[in-house]
Amino acid sequence: MNAEPARLAAGMPYDVARVRADFPVLATRVRGKRLAFLDTAASAQRPLQVIEAVAAYERTSHANVHRGVYQLSQRATDAFEGARERVRRFLNAASEREVIFTRGTTEAINLVAQSWARSTLGPGDEILITWMEHHANIVPWQMVCQQTGATLKVAPIDRRGELRLDAFRALLSPRTRLVAFTAVSNSLGTVLPAAEIVAAARAVGALVLVDAAQAVPHERVDLRALDCDFLAFSGHKLYGPTGIGVLWGREAVLREMPPWQGGGDMILTVSFERTTYNALPYKFEAGTPNISGAIGLAAAIDYLEGLGIERVHAHEQALLQRATAALGRIPGLTIVGQAARKAGVISFTLEGVHPHDLGTILDAEGVAVRAGHHCAMPVMDFFEVAATARASFGCYSDEADLEQLVAALGHAREVFG
Amino acid sequence: MDLKDLYRDVILDHNKRPRNFGTLDPADSRADGHNPLCGDRLTVTVRMDGDRIDDIRFEGKGCAISTASASLMTEAVKGKDVASIARLRDMVQHALTEHDYEVPGELGKLAALAGVREFPARVKCATLCWHTLDAALGAGAATVSTE
Repeated sequence: MNAEPARLAAGMPYDVARVRADFPVLATRVRGKRLAFLDTAASAQRPLQVIEAVAAYERTSHANVHRGVYQLSQRATDAFEGARERVRRFLNAASEREVIFTRGTTEAINLVAQSWARSTLGPGDEILITWMEHHANIVPWQMVCQQTGATLKVAPIDRRGELRLDAFRALLSPRTRLVAFTAVSNSLGTVLPAAEIVAAARAVGALVLVDAAQAVPHERVDLRALDCDFLAFSGHKLYGPTGIGVLWGREAVLREMPPWQGGGDMILTVSFERTTYNALPYKFEAGTPNISGAIGLAAAIDYLEGLGIERVHAHEQALLQRATAALGRIPGLTIVGQAARKAGVISFTLEGVHPHDLGTILDAEGVAVRAGHHCAMPVMDFFEVAATARASFGCYSDEADLEQLVAALGHAREVFG
Repeated sequence: MDLKDLYRDVILDHNKRPRNFGTLDPADSRADGHNPLCGDRLTVTVRMDGDRIDDIRFEGKGCAISTASASLMTEAVKGKDVASIARLRDMVQHALTEHDYEVPGELGKLAALAGVREFPARVKCATLCWHTLDAALGAGAATVSTE
């Protein structure tokens, strides 16, 4: 029950075997083969510590939150609000009033689009995004532009998969009301220059939203240093459960925003004549929330910080370098996205083998990679590919995963000879 | 489950050297097919002689299964009437999805696609061309999607 987290003493080498022992799924065999799970950027696996935290809550503490006067409800509320405080500390946010639980990054971005943007923007206003965005940071803005008459602008990238900062700056103007960008590209792995982007956006008076879904599992995100207005991430990419995520928003901005969904918990008083809304963050949390999900997310943050985000980052970077070199030696293999700064993500194509076929062949060898457009069709169009295969690393990825991938790619080349 | 059941020689051959590849111009009808999940796209053009397909071409980008399936389909339907094509299409559909379906000899080379039934994630790759042909023959919209 009380699984000891794989806390690694400072100064000790990163013991990936010990980390792997925390993730039960890694011991399962697929198609009779060792599982090489290389799709962490789509969804990370969960350690025992998260599984047990969720199970313990379900076994001993579940009731609805913010409602009952009985002890069990108080216990659930304490655990849920404790999770919010844990998220606040994780992000170094000023107040837990700024931490809104959502279903995930997608819902968090839609909340900002439908509450802030829809009530604020009009014709002549502009939202600026980058070419590297996940569909979740494109479509909500397209929708709100249709609703308000605002215009969506897109900053271009170069062949290495880096943002063209000069072109980005040239697109900024006093009409720019919001800059929304991903801190790390899910399809290419590019780490965007967040500090430069935020500073440039601030200079024209725009608000800034950071899609941190791919960033928080790999690097320390400090809101005081980042200086954005909104930040969104998902639990399941951070070794936590699905169906839970966070929108962090600057309190002064959140206070001015209208609610986006109506229902229980987001109100103070309701009558047929007039309804008054609850304080932050509850104003944006209509209905019974994902209580166990929030508790699982807090456990996941505990777990990751127990390992040390900096050490996980160093481990993933070492693996990324070895993988880049090993894949680069395979004839006919092209790495799509070669930015100077990357997270543990390698998108690639193999000449003569469609990524979809590659996915099936790798699967037969126990290797799980993503094959497709990675919810970033504009990126695929830019590189003139219909799809890529993508291997992505997490805290548990190891040398054996990489070897298995390289061997399976060799097999794919044989099949399609 | 063996990869060789999926990537049989016939399929690898038709993927590498697709038959009837290109577009007919003029054509009596054409339709576009799209699988948004993997980005596969193909266009089917047909020239009719009464209710019989006189000539057919396909063009597009896709995985080995979708390319080979389209190539095999064009070979199989050329010269056949609409009713026989519908029968063929239904037999292919059964062969692709039903474990206990005995593949009739009538399917000929199309039988090579039966291995797909072991890979449910790939069934739509193989059926895209048939849906597109249906559309070209007037049974549906001019653009079809697997989703």
